[in-house]
Amino acid sequence: MRFTEMEVLTGEGARAVPLAGHVGFDSMPDQLVNKSVNHGFCFNILCVGETGLGKSTLMDTLFNTKFEGEPTQHNQPGVTLKSNTYELQESNVRLKLTVVNTVGFGDQINKEDSYKSIVEFIDAQFEAYLQEELKIKRTLHSYHDTRIHACLYFIAPTGHSLKSLDLVTMKKLDSKVNIIPIIAKSDAISKSELAKFKIKITSELVSNGVQIYQFPTDDESVAEINSTMNSHLPFAVVGSTEEVKIGNKMVKARQYPWGTVQVENENHCDFVKLREMLIRVNMEDLREQTHTRHYELYRRCKLEEMGFKDTDPDSKPFSLQETYEAKRNEFMGELQKKEEEMRQMFVQRVKEKEAELKEAEKELHEKFDRLKKLHQDEKKKLEEKKKSLDDELNTFKQKKTAAELLQNQAQQAGGSTTLKRDKERKK
Amino acid sequence: TSVGSITTFTQRNLEGYVGFANLPNQVYRKSVKRGFEFTLMVVGESGLGKSTLINSLFLTDLYSKDYPGPSQRIKKTVQVEQSKVLIKEGGVQLTLTIVDTPGFGDAVDNSNCWQPVINYIDSKCEDFLNAESRVNRRSMPDNRVHCCLYFIAPSGHGLKPLDIEFMKRLHDKVNVIPLIAKADTLTPEECQLFKKQIMKEIQEHKIKIYEFPDTEDDEDNKLIRKIKEKMPLAVVGSNVVIEVNGKKVRGRQYPWGVAEVENGEHCDFTVLRNMLIRTHMQDLKDVTNNVHYENYRSKKLAAVTCNGVDTSKTKGQLTKSPLAQMEEERREHVMKMKKMEAEMEQVFEMKVKEKKQKLKDSEAELERRHEQMKRNLEAQYKELEEKRRVFEEEKANWEAQQRILEQQKLDASKTMEKNKKKGKIF
Repeated sequence: MRFTEMEVLTGEGARAVPLAGHVGFDSMPDQLVNKSVNHGFCFNILCVGETGLGKSTLMDTLFNTKFEGEPTQHNQPGVTLKSNTYELQESNVRLKLTVVNTVGFGDQINKEDSYKSIVEFIDAQFEAYLQEELKIKRTLHSYHDTRIHACLYFIAPTGHSLKSLDLVTMKKLDSKVNIIPIIAKSDAISKSELAKFKIKITSELVSNGVQIYQFPTDDESVAEINSTMNSHLPFAVVGSTEEVKIGNKMVKARQYPWGTVQVENENHCDFVKLREMLIRVNMEDLREQTHTRHYELYRRCKLEEMGFKDTDPDSKPFSLQETYEAKRNEFMGELQKKEEEMRQMFVQRVKEKEAELKEAEKELHEKFDRLKKLHQDEKKKLEEKKKSLDDELNTFKQKKTAAELLQNQAQQAGGSTTLKRDKERKK
Repeated sequence: TSVGSITTFTQRNLEGYVGFANLPNQVYRKSVKRGFEFTLMVVGESGLGKSTLINSLFLTDLYSKDYPGPSQRIKKTVQVEQSKVLIKEGGVQLTLTIVDTPGFGDAVDNSNCWQPVINYIDSKCEDFLNAESRVNRRSMPDNRVHCCLYFIAPSGHGLKPLDIEFMKRLHDKVNVIPLIAKADTLTPEECQLFKKQIMKEIQEHKIKIYEFPDTEDDEDNKLIRKIKEKMPLAVVGSNVVIEVNGKKVRGRQYPWGVAEVENGEHCDFTVLRNMLIRTHMQDLKDVTNNVHYENYRSKKLAAVTCNGVDTSKTKGQLTKSPLAQMEEERREHVMKMKKMEAEMEQVFEMKVKEKKQKLKDSEAELERRHEQMKRNLEAQYKELEEKRRVFEEEKANWEAQQRILEQQKLDASKTMEKNKKKGKIF
């Protein structure tokens, strides 16, 4: 703790002093309770289990009401999560209850990815809370908490052991949510088989390192009942919203030809135990564990992923502003770098393209230079031909002229000769 | 795989007892186990009976011979000191921290005497903020100041400038409850007038003192309204127990009588105690957490993430967490880069196109010229061909003619020869 000035403390931090009378702060718990009651409570349950294990029926039975939903078919292509929120009230206590169901769980041929959408959903709720918590202007006290407080894992009543899907899924979920495993439709198992089944399940969970939720034993007022109940896990439950008359009471039960299974009869099943533990005794603890353990783990991992640390290399004490500043500068630097890289890349491209085009231009000019040269050659040839023709023409002309001249001469001579002849003839 | 979620809140009526009505008990149980903490600050000039009042409130000797109260410590400057005590009652444990401010208002020049107080309150908020912001968070002790009792000297006139200044500066950092100290120096009428005056001035200066929240219960609201009419509370404290009419009471003995601390007609001490401790302690903590601390936090974080940028521009960003903001900035930057890239690409393409077009044009031009020259040449060739043809024809004709002439000449000379031979020659 840092102080501006001198500190007056005893060695331990706070000294105990006696009170001379009734001050009245023993009303603090009541003040706190009043505030909580006025504010209303909130609880979110996730039901994980194969289709047809009676998840919706159990919820209806637990909360004595008919929640929404049609029974789902087995032909879902993947696992989806459907959540519904209800406002319930009991005496002066208002509860916003959200029930999330896994639809299509265990129906696919390849179930490798079944757990993924569940984990994603749980993480998404943590993420939403984290985002709200990190906002600059936040309203945490009026935030509707959607984080899953309890996960009821429905185990099929095979009587033998856990399915590998169950082990895989629970292993993926145990660090993210409080898991309460329950044996569904347990009216299909006999008492002796049930005992063996429970032992088998518990040992399989232990040997696979699956951490299920333990009812807390640190508070003396509930330590005893909680530790007893812990030994009854997993609870073997039966759900029913139908009522049957037993004696002179209407009780929730399932009627068979060989007898009636009474839901709230502790000899018949552990339903009452589940209700007691889940709702009446440990609901608040489930919420607290979710917030202080599972959420903190998620938050820590998320922040570490983003590079936040509690101390910087010099081991100076953590300062929020400095971390944000550092992160921000780093971040901005990264962005600048990226921008620069892109610019450089463009400059490079431009250079290359320019060179390309210059090359093409050069080629073009060379081509035409070649053509021009060819053309010159042709022209020269033509000129030569022309010249030779002209020469021939001239030669011919000369010849012609000479011949004509000769002819004329001959003609004249011939004429004179002819004249002479004629003259001689005439003589 | 997808997540579908219906968040319509449907009302349900329950048939039969479920048991979550037990939730309040669960909360009660856990809170008792955890214990409670409360930090109370007292501010006022020396000699106003602050330590006596604290002792009276908590029925203990917080300040005793071994631990002297603030006025016994002679201070030259304003100090901020805290004392932590652990008190138990009815199974409930309370860690009470009393923060004193000895020296407040005692100097000649009291300018900024509120600063150490503000610094203290802020530093506690900062501690909490840092603890809350750690990656590895352990239990976060709440040492923030939940309530500040401000002691007003019983002048009977009005607030002093220091009172107004202090309250104005502190009212949005902590729950301020103004008290009229040593109220046994005022008659009821004087007290009444004084209270009215003070409240008037508080309103005039828009000072926000701690307000009692309304409840749903009408009875409670009536009581609250009664308390509000008595504000500011006029208190008297005493470390001394006196016997009055056979009863042992805390009080102040005067020659003219005993002013009883817990007598509602003598002063408002009981009202203060009931309100501060018995009914509104939790609310004081809640208001500190939900209002004052959140104010501090959002201002602090806004300064960090907006780096001192003009707040009117960044107003919209305040509803995001810094991480989300960085994410958004990253996304924005990616978009900006994309846009920039697209633009540069566009410009690039355009220039390339231009150049290519130019090249094409010049190629076409050169082609054209070349073609023309070729055609020209071809035409000349043709011309030459024609000329040659004509020449050849002419030549052939002439040569043919010549041959005929030759032949004629030959024939003629042959005939002459013949005639000569025939004696036709003389």
